[in-house]
Amino acid sequence: MRQKKPALVITFSSTTAAIRMEAFCLEHNLPGRMIPVPREITAGCGLAWKAPTDAQEQLTQSMTQAGIQWEDLRILEL
Amino acid sequence: MIYLDNAATTIQKPPQVIQAVAEAMQTLGNASRGAHSGALQADRVIWIARCKVAALFGFSHPERVVFAANATEALNIAINGLFQPGDHGISSDLEHNSVLRPLYRLEDQGVISLDFLPADALGNPDYKCLESLLRPNTRAIVMTHASNLTGNLVDLERVGKFAKAHGLLLVADVSQTAGSIPIFMEEWGIDVLCFTGHKGLMGPQGTGGLCVAPGVELRPWKVGGSGFHSYSRTHPEEYPTHLEAGTLNGHGIAGLSAALDFLQEVGVDAIGEKENRLLGRFLEGVRQIPGIRLYGDFSQPRRCAIAALNLKDVDSAAVADALMEDYGIAVRSGAHCAPRMHRALGTESQGAVRFSFSWFNTEKEVDAAIQALQKLAQE
Repeated sequence: MRQKKPALVITFSSTTAAIRMEAFCLEHNLPGRMIPVPREITAGCGLAWKAPTDAQEQLTQSMTQAGIQWEDLRILEL
Repeated sequence: MIYLDNAATTIQKPPQVIQAVAEAMQTLGNASRGAHSGALQADRVIWIARCKVAALFGFSHPERVVFAANATEALNIAINGLFQPGDHGISSDLEHNSVLRPLYRLEDQGVISLDFLPADALGNPDYKCLESLLRPNTRAIVMTHASNLTGNLVDLERVGKFAKAHGLLLVADVSQTAGSIPIFMEEWGIDVLCFTGHKGLMGPQGTGGLCVAPGVELRPWKVGGSGFHSYSRTHPEEYPTHLEAGTLNGHGIAGLSAALDFLQEVGVDAIGEKENRLLGRFLEGVRQIPGIRLYGDFSQPRRCAIAALNLKDVDSAAVADALMEDYGIAVRSGAHCAPRMHRALGTESQGAVRFSFSWFNTEKEVDAAIQALQKLAQE
């Protein structure tokens, strides 16, 4: 497996909310990509947005301004 | 074949619709099932389609655009999910069975009571009767935007204002108008808008859905796979998944999305105007034929491009069969799943022959239909 590194992980209440986040980030040139939700956040399935840890402020500010709600936001070793 | 049954489904689709479906069938995984590129691509295609549907209908909440297999499924989701035991509902004589049967079933089960806005001799709803149908327990009005038999438009804005003034919800069936008539869900006060993808929207069969205004909560009638919250015993509450259990028709939705691009490029107004021009030409021709009786209100400035007619007292099925067999013209006879409308027009026994036009029809085809009717009238 790949060596683990700290990463920002943001989860959403639904797949649609997650994919909306992806579209928003692509449109505004914000960093990150979609990953399966890690088990540290929730067991089972679903999508999460993974981004560099130093992008936290930029992402949360942009999401807040755009009215995008997230369910959980954590720094995880992935 | 000259295809003039576009109110049932549009056969001729924009080429990009077919291309999009073929491409989707080679590239899309299962939306919301995983984070690999195939699944994500399906998520993206479906999200973009939700945004286009919302934009088409003047709805600012694409996350509350729910996809279903067709308008009947969408209406079942809306009607069964909305009414509570003891509620009263109002509908109209113009409705298709996709509205009537879910309502009748609830009524027959003793869950709700119903009243219907009557239609006048031209097939228009008698709006002034709305007030008299109100009851203290009236919860919602379920109404079509146009009769699938006559093509008459319903003034949904007027019905929406009435609903809001009396604290009622408005469920609208826009199956016949979407793609040909501009629709403004929020402006008109529609709470749940049900649509199909394969008629005027020119998408594939097996597509459709409903737009659910914020604050309106519908009980899901099916629950199951969602791709998230998998260990929860209950289906997710979040829209649109709340009403979308099971794998979505990603391939069909990709085609619908391409069809919505086509509508955007050409313009709903331009499409409706062309269809109405073809209808006008047809009406001008058939009005000259002795023995033809038309049904509907053709004084409406904007209507669906539908002409329902009968030839003398000939069975509508015989006329439709002769048109197909002898002239290669496809039309729809019989009851058109609109029993109350036929009763109101007095055509229950004879049925009617319905001609319906689309963007892809031509004046030449319209003229061929007129000539065929002229010949049939002389027989």
